Amino acid sequence: MARAVSNKTKIINTVVGGTIGFLIFFPILWIFIVSFKTEEDAIRAPMEVLFSSGWTLDSFAAVQARADYLKHFFNSVIISVGSTLLGLVIAIPAAWSMAFVPTKNTKNVLMWMLSTKMLPPVGVLIPIYLLFRDLGILDSRIGLTIVLMLINLPIIIWMLYTYFKEIPSEILEAARMDGANLREEVLYVLTPMAVPGIASTVLLSIILAWNESFWTIILTSAKAAPLTAFINSFSSPEGLFYAKLSAASIMAIAPILIMGWFSQKQLVRGLTFGAVK
Amino acid sequence: MATKASSASARLMISPAVLLLFMWMIVPLAMTLYFSFLRYNLLQPGDNPFVGWENYYWFVTDPSFKDAMFNTLILVGGVLAITTIGGVILALLLDRPMFGTGIIRIMVIAPFFVMPTVSGLVWKNLFMNPVNGIFGYLSTVFGFEPIDFFGQIPLVSIIFIVSWMWLPFATLILLTAMQSLDQEQLEAAEMDGANWMNRFLFIMLPHLARAITVVILIQTIFLLSVFAEILVTTNGGPGTSTTTLTYLIYVSSLFQFDVGMGSAGGVIAIILANIVAIFLMRMIGKNLDA
Repeated sequence: MARAVSNKTKIINTVVGGTIGFLIFFPILWIFIVSFKTEEDAIRAPMEVLFSSGWTLDSFAAVQARADYLKHFFNSVIISVGSTLLGLVIAIPAAWSMAFVPTKNTKNVLMWMLSTKMLPPVGVLIPIYLLFRDLGILDSRIGLTIVLMLINLPIIIWMLYTYFKEIPSEILEAARMDGANLREEVLYVLTPMAVPGIASTVLLSIILAWNESFWTIILTSAKAAPLTAFINSFSSPEGLFYAKLSAASIMAIAPILIMGWFSQKQLVRGLTFGAVK
Repeated sequence: MATKASSASARLMISPAVLLLFMWMIVPLAMTLYFSFLRYNLLQPGDNPFVGWENYYWFVTDPSFKDAMFNTLILVGGVLAITTIGGVILALLLDRPMFGTGIIRIMVIAPFFVMPTVSGLVWKNLFMNPVNGIFGYLSTVFGFEPIDFFGQIPLVSIIFIVSWMWLPFATLILLTAMQSLDQEQLEAAEMDGANWMNRFLFIMLPHLARAITVVILIQTIFLLSVFAEILVTTNGGPGTSTTTLTYLIYVSSLFQFDVGMGSAGGVIAIILANIVAIFLMRMIGKNLDA
């Protein structure tokens, strides 16, 4: 950026950009505010809501007491982290071999893996549902963990592959010359260099698993329901209790919102499969 | 460089992933295909005779199928139009020098991380509720009759909510593409007397073309499967006015327990998604060579 920009232009840009950013962000900001209000205040006119004096944590407590927020929170954590770790264990060797020992088939294998991601979930709804029923893993965390792992596996492999590709293979050759075997090569040479890439992959995978709202709703009822399904239970008539709905919503999105903000850049790579850099 | 031993172990390392994904794809797919030719309802125990194309026939001739296809088209098309055009505008805007870029970007990207059930319920109740919602309040302030969003314009309301969730995605990707644009090229064009419109049409837009295509294709794949936003707001109604193909299959599978019909619908959904997927794969494949 060689051109000098006057402060005046910059200020105008800031005002325009800031206003649009604020409007887009407003719903999230609003539920944050409402979640600290009483139910009586929450349904008043917006300005009155803002300046009403009562700020309270009651809604958060009520959501926990009535709907057992923590149970669903832990379900979400276990399912999203579990599916991510399981995915990594399977994806790291696969991505490693494709990045460093490419064959003439590598490209086809990568493309084929991606194509599994294009399968609409609703197309396999019945088989998965029936298989889960017959295996007795409907409404179980293990079942959901496996499904989410499989759904995100192509993305995890792709993302890791693009990161591994950037590691110069000369380093691996040097390690090999020094007598490192395959296991040592992966463990002591490759993995430390790949940590940043793996970390971003983990973040993206957790975000996607956390927000997945098809299988998590359909395959769970009470026991294993993560936060997506938990919020679904506020559909009606609880949705009309604005303060509680807001408190539940904030508690459901806050962890992932914060993670997401840290992983903005990696998101583009992960979600476009390297097609946009 | 690769020795025989290392390529053998490489194959070994990739096989768990390939096997798992293969099973994940082929087993349910084969089952869906198989079920789609059976008369099979979980509520009617007994034989499940082979009935040929009957399920497809009933699924496609059901009046709600036509509605669902129409709604799917409008939903996907509407959201694509809003997010792509809005995304280009926002990307151009945010690419300009300004103060507090970090904060502004954080605000713009935020909706993408909100889970669909939360977006649906929050917009429906806190904003679009005609009595207590903020939109209702605003229209009263300006002297209009509040709109009953999910009663009068349910599909538009859902398009609005889904667009809010996907606009950040389009913006983020287009902004990333924008930043790889050669600034000197723009300056040269400016010096040669090209006005802003010409610079946009002949330099920026062609540069963004690839990213725009990627945004459209990826979003289409995801938008064809929009589900939770509909589930928590309208349940597909009133009538069938917000029933999409995905939602219709969900209803016939898990409400009517009609395995045969649901499967026939599933096969149709897979074919539709694949048409889009072929184009997307081609774009991604081209980039892989580089």
